[in-house]
Amino acid sequence: MRNAFADEITQIAKSDPSVVLLSGDIGNRLFDKYKESNPERFVNCGVAEANMVTMSSGLAMSGMKPVAYTIASFLIYRAYEQIRVDLSYHDAAVLLVGVGGGLSYASNGSTHHTLEDIALMRSLPNMQVICAGDPLEVRAATKAFFNDPKPTYLRIGKKGEAPVHQKAIDDFEIGKSICLKRGQSVALLATGNMLPNCSSVSDELEGHGISSSLYSFHTVKPLEKECLEEIFAGHEYVITVEEHGRLGGFGSAVAEWLASQKQPRARLLTLGTPDKFLLYTGNQEEARKKCGLDKAGLLEQITDFIGST
Amino acid sequence: MNSRTSTDDTDTAQADFDSLAIAAARIRGRVIKLSHQARTPHLGSSLSFVELLVYLYWNFLKISPEIAKDPARDRFVLSKGHGITTLYAVLAERGFFSPELFEDYAQAGSPLPEHPSPRCVPGIEAATGSLGHGLSVATGIALASKMNVIPYGVVTLLSDGECNEGSTWEAALLAPAHNLNNLVAIVDFNKWQATGRSSEVTALEPLEEKFESFGWNSIRIDGHDFRQIKSGLATAKKSDKPFAIIADTVKGKGIKMMEDDNNWHYRIPSKEEVDSAFEELGINSL
Repeated sequence: MRNAFADEITQIAKSDPSVVLLSGDIGNRLFDKYKESNPERFVNCGVAEANMVTMSSGLAMSGMKPVAYTIASFLIYRAYEQIRVDLSYHDAAVLLVGVGGGLSYASNGSTHHTLEDIALMRSLPNMQVICAGDPLEVRAATKAFFNDPKPTYLRIGKKGEAPVHQKAIDDFEIGKSICLKRGQSVALLATGNMLPNCSSVSDELEGHGISSSLYSFHTVKPLEKECLEEIFAGHEYVITVEEHGRLGGFGSAVAEWLASQKQPRARLLTLGTPDKFLLYTGNQEEARKKCGLDKAGLLEQITDFIGST
Repeated sequence: MNSRTSTDDTDTAQADFDSLAIAAARIRGRVIKLSHQARTPHLGSSLSFVELLVYLYWNFLKISPEIAKDPARDRFVLSKGHGITTLYAVLAERGFFSPELFEDYAQAGSPLPEHPSPRCVPGIEAATGSLGHGLSVATGIALASKMNVIPYGVVTLLSDGECNEGSTWEAALLAPAHNLNNLVAIVDFNKWQATGRSSEVTALEPLEEKFESFGWNSIRIDGHDFRQIKSGLATAKKSDKPFAIIADTVKGKGIKMMEDDNNWHYRIPSKEEVDSAFEELGINSL
């Protein structure tokens, strides 16, 4: 996903002289092409996330379109007060790109895990929260920001993720989910880097005789309520899946909306990481397994949920 | 560079400084009246940078109500947002908004909150109140000038207590790396923060040398002396690096009973104290 972002921002900056890319001293070689074509509009802010965020607000106030890029855990947790005051409060049109969202950097330990960022960011007024599901969603979301710049958090994975979508998403809209597959009984609502696993699980459910729909809810905020109404009316079970804690994330957003609905047909299951630090040494796949977010774990929890009801 | 300001002042008549002093007295009167009227604190903090702001807005910054949104205007960011009544008073005196707005300052529905909100009145560049943001905002604004090739200057004013914040020093490290010679940081060094002497709470001194070691040019001035303020800002304008002005000031300046008494960080003046202050300032009404 990060290569897709680097390529897309390079293309956009070529035609828009107001774009400025700020990095928190990461992305070694990643932005070489950007720097070649826009050397004066690349700022390595060093290991100083608070200043990077507030400075990007000053740039946005002065006619620039800043994009601040660094590891998601440091961007959101270290600079949260700066994000709240200088971006959210000022309604400053800055794109925050958090790389390595969720358990992408699992082997680096909990300092590098980002399992509370969606909860923090979606609670901020004026803030859009987008969790890209594959490299094509990263490209489309980056483009979409520049079509209508507003304070936005774009949470992406790391590198090497295979695309789930078959081709470029030309009709991508912030706040509009994408239906990848229509079924009857179960609706799988994936956000961010859980999209590939949900796609596989959807196929496996067919083998169990369970027909499922698959949606990419790349935008957690603003939440697409109209689509949720249709989904809950048209299925028996709705499962939200995110590489994020169950508290406050995408599943919570759906549950908050659902609580005020009169007659939801479907029952809701929210899947995510448990309310604890992951004190486990392992890579992303192993960490997902520990949290029940690998394919087998997801399948088991979903079939148990259906069986128990 | 570690120079002292010159007090040579051949090109400005004493009368001009006298007129600035009259404006400063009016600003002080307004600030004291507002604190009493709305029962809002931070009076001592607001009185220590009056001369600095008066000189900036009367004689230095290219900013006026007519060009309040001009991309080429100079910018001022009050980083110590708790001293906002001084900036409100200055903006009103300079015609950015009507002094009638002061009638319900900080009351329900007023456009003038106790700390400024974004764009609450013309002339407010940034909503401050949380310390340690102003220098970073100003750095971003100054950097945009270089990228957009629109020449303007950016001045931010920090409290000494605010220099406790790590983010202030993150910005101080970055600005020289980008040769932001259009950036001026003034530290209102009134020697107090909320609960103690600022140089005892942290090792602030030598503050001038700290900025210089970070790659800035700097100067130390008496922040209540218009001649030195003028000279310091003139030097800043010619600087090839970001420029720090360490302004020695007195908390509560201008009212003897408040000067260097940190109780006035939170104390609210009574009606009698307001009357006494007006008499000391030589003003009858606003």
